[in-house]
Amino acid sequence: MLSSQIKSNEIVFGSCNKDLLEEIIFYGIGLGADFVEIFIENTDNSSVLAEEDFITSVSPSFGRGAGIRIFKEKKDGFVSTNDLTKQGLMRSVSQAIEMLDITDNKKREVFNGLNEHRDYSLSKKKWINEVPSIHEISEKLLVSTKSLKKNNKIITRKGSYSRNLQEVIIASSDGTYVSDIRLHQTVGLNVIASDAQYRSSGSRRFGSSGMPNEFRLWDHDKAANDVFESSMNMLYADYVDAGQMPVVLANKFGGVIFHEACGHLLETTQIERGTTPFENKLNEKIAHESVTAVDEGISEGSFGSLSVDDEGMEPEKSVLIKNGILKKFISDRAGELRTGHKRTGSGRRQNYSFAAASRMRNTFIAKGEHTKEDLINSISDGLYCKSMGGGSVGATGQFNFAVEEGYLIKNGKLTSPVKGATLIGEAKEVMPKISMCGNDLELAPGFCGSISGSVNVTVGQPHIKVDSITVGGR
Amino acid sequence: MNPREITAQISKAADFLNLKKWDYGASFSNDYSVQVDKGEAKQLKASQKQILTLRVWNESNLVGITTTSDISESGIKKALNQANIASDFGNKNEKTEFSPLAKHPIEVKEAKKRNPVGIKRLLTILREAEVKLLESHESIKSVPYNGLSESFYERVYANSDGAFRSYIKSQAALYLYARAEEKNKKPRSSGSVKLGYGVEDIDIESCIKDASNKTISHLNYSSIKTDKYLICFSPESFLTIINAFSSMFNARSILDGVSLSNKNSIGEKLSTEALNIYDDGLHEKNISSSPFDGEGTPTKRLCLINKGRIENFIHSESTARIFKTIPTGHAGLGSKVSVSPDWIVVEKSEENTDLKISLDHSTYEGEFVYIEELNAIHAGVRASQGSFSLPFDGWLYKNGKKISIESATVAGDIKYLLKNIVNIESRQVVTTNGISPHIWVDKLSITGDA
Repeated sequence: MLSSQIKSNEIVFGSCNKDLLEEIIFYGIGLGADFVEIFIENTDNSSVLAEEDFITSVSPSFGRGAGIRIFKEKKDGFVSTNDLTKQGLMRSVSQAIEMLDITDNKKREVFNGLNEHRDYSLSKKKWINEVPSIHEISEKLLVSTKSLKKNNKIITRKGSYSRNLQEVIIASSDGTYVSDIRLHQTVGLNVIASDAQYRSSGSRRFGSSGMPNEFRLWDHDKAANDVFESSMNMLYADYVDAGQMPVVLANKFGGVIFHEACGHLLETTQIERGTTPFENKLNEKIAHESVTAVDEGISEGSFGSLSVDDEGMEPEKSVLIKNGILKKFISDRAGELRTGHKRTGSGRRQNYSFAAASRMRNTFIAKGEHTKEDLINSISDGLYCKSMGGGSVGATGQFNFAVEEGYLIKNGKLTSPVKGATLIGEAKEVMPKISMCGNDLELAPGFCGSISGSVNVTVGQPHIKVDSITVGGR
Repeated sequence: MNPREITAQISKAADFLNLKKWDYGASFSNDYSVQVDKGEAKQLKASQKQILTLRVWNESNLVGITTTSDISESGIKKALNQANIASDFGNKNEKTEFSPLAKHPIEVKEAKKRNPVGIKRLLTILREAEVKLLESHESIKSVPYNGLSESFYERVYANSDGAFRSYIKSQAALYLYARAEEKNKKPRSSGSVKLGYGVEDIDIESCIKDASNKTISHLNYSSIKTDKYLICFSPESFLTIINAFSSMFNARSILDGVSLSNKNSIGEKLSTEALNIYDDGLHEKNISSSPFDGEGTPTKRLCLINKGRIENFIHSESTARIFKTIPTGHAGLGSKVSVSPDWIVVEKSEENTDLKISLDHSTYEGEFVYIEELNAIHAGVRASQGSFSLPFDGWLYKNGKKISIESATVAGDIKYLLKNIVNIESRQVVTTNGISPHIWVDKLSITGDA
């Protein structure tokens, strides 16, 4: 008796919460809301850090919370709380209603109750028992950092692992009622090399979603060799001379430039703000005809893949640019409401304390027909960007990206390594200059920070050639 | 539960689990924020959040940690249990202890806590600010990034040795980023951020004026030729660069091998004798000041650079023990305790005869580049290597005129930059990130489009 009373008065993960959720949504609609959405999560995360030959940090963390969003016409009020009791959730609804100053509750929307429960978590409940233990993770990380110790120029070796298990319940007044479990694992290696006054660093990160065994399958030897080689190549590199030049961007994480410089401008949040130059360019040419770009959330195991987005919609494959023509924007519920672009299953948030927003998932430039060598051979004097660091885009679309590992191209050949390069430009000007795409598309995991927090994504591309771009240097 | 009750609850649960040594840090907050779009409310947000970070020491004196948002009796027990399990993997190579200063008296200042004004008032204020900014110049077409928020929070540190500290504060923030457009020109954007203990402390008019002036001043722009230039860093931009390379003063970074400094760098000459740099978390202008750090160590003013030489490093308990000194109040509670600066204060020392005092940004008539704001810090700074390559907003001063620079980056090496400081202006300016005068540096590389 006591047990059932508790269950009916608070959210219990793994149980049916339909009655309670309906009661809360009815409450919000009754107070005059046009739309009520409830997002509830329960997280179980762990991270492990290995430095040199020791485990120096093991950090488990747990969290529970709810985010409640109320729409009235095109305005929305969002309240987050750690209180998952009926009273706590209703208090949050009241607060959101009050914030929106909803006083006219005569014109009521109709809420017909929640649809049949779509439970995406059924086959995923076992994941928590299938992911590697802290002991197993620690052992493999220590082997990894040990394998980075290849010469005495390597002065710092780090290996890090993080696992996020997120259980979510999403219910809204359009009848949506879904549950899901998401698993993300990521592992990275970093080194710093030093010799007299010379210093360099190297890093690589790997990640997956929904694959409990993936860390066990991770080829740490290959990763360590790659990181070591990169740091050694860059150790004695000269600073690059600044100027305008053609560049070849490597595949995988090279796609971060498209993600940052163009992808964000195709999110409906940018249309809402009036900060994208592509707002009125649908079905117009915005890129070179060799460019086709896709954003999707369906590739199995990719870091940005989802069974269902944070608004309860299954993700779709969205062709954003087809042969240079803008075809689609990335949209969420608020984006559809405010800009008219249909939802694409891209409503995403870091956790319950953020309202969902239109965000990228797995975003990449599609493969072309050229080999990497074709691209390099076509340049007499330029830069090859083998590994990109982070970057950012300003409020008016200018972007800036650090090149972590770069090589000069002279007469169609890769020559000396160079450091300190940054790529500077604007999407609108650079997209038409992507003149050649390679045939070696690969994806790479990353974290994207924006309006609804940090979310897991993949970026990707084949090798691409940009005919001319500003390279910052010394 | 209030913090005393939480402490008692943790103590009781730890006894039950036979855990003799523990400490925790907690944060409880209520936040409210609004955004507007052309006079209409866009998003209104409220959040209630609680975070508890618990550390336990096992019988081998190894530390385990857990973070949770569940501060119910069962949540606390679960967290202690998990921390105990994690302690099996505690760092055997570097032991952690309580801060020896965790029970030292702290300077109790008047509580800087304001009462909430509420979402409706926030919305009214922001709407009015947006309208005023839009009306300030015909070229300002929108304010795409804006927000007004107020936060009320309590932070706590306590341990099984009887230490207990807490403080309650409030903070409000206003940001306005305008976008200006003119025919046949690229859109330009700039903005301003103001902080206060409460909304009534924020100088809203000056935020509007700053955002407008900055945005409009960049409307007429020109590209700049790639070359080496005499640079004047604004106080904001110099503080940005010092914070980005603060690992030079960070004992944790030194031990981790990611700092340009080493254990023996105290006394190393980095710059002109005219340069002093302090970390002063308790400075009266620091809205975000905290009287103690994550380990309960009192916050204090610490000299980092004295007359151009490294004077002190910032420490946690464990780094201080390794360096045979005392903690400085810069620790962040975690499985691996982090160390970070609070509030940087840059000033001109008394030994300033080698400065070129004719270099004053408001009177100097020669050619120089004024760097107003540095961008993309996370992408363009290699702190462990000392290099940076950063886009910036700024102007080229030439032949008595100033023109906004269209799109450019400044690149260099932090040690070169510090060694080539040629003037430190006298007037210190308070910013949201610290205090600094304008700083002049000779011959830094600028990459432009011209």
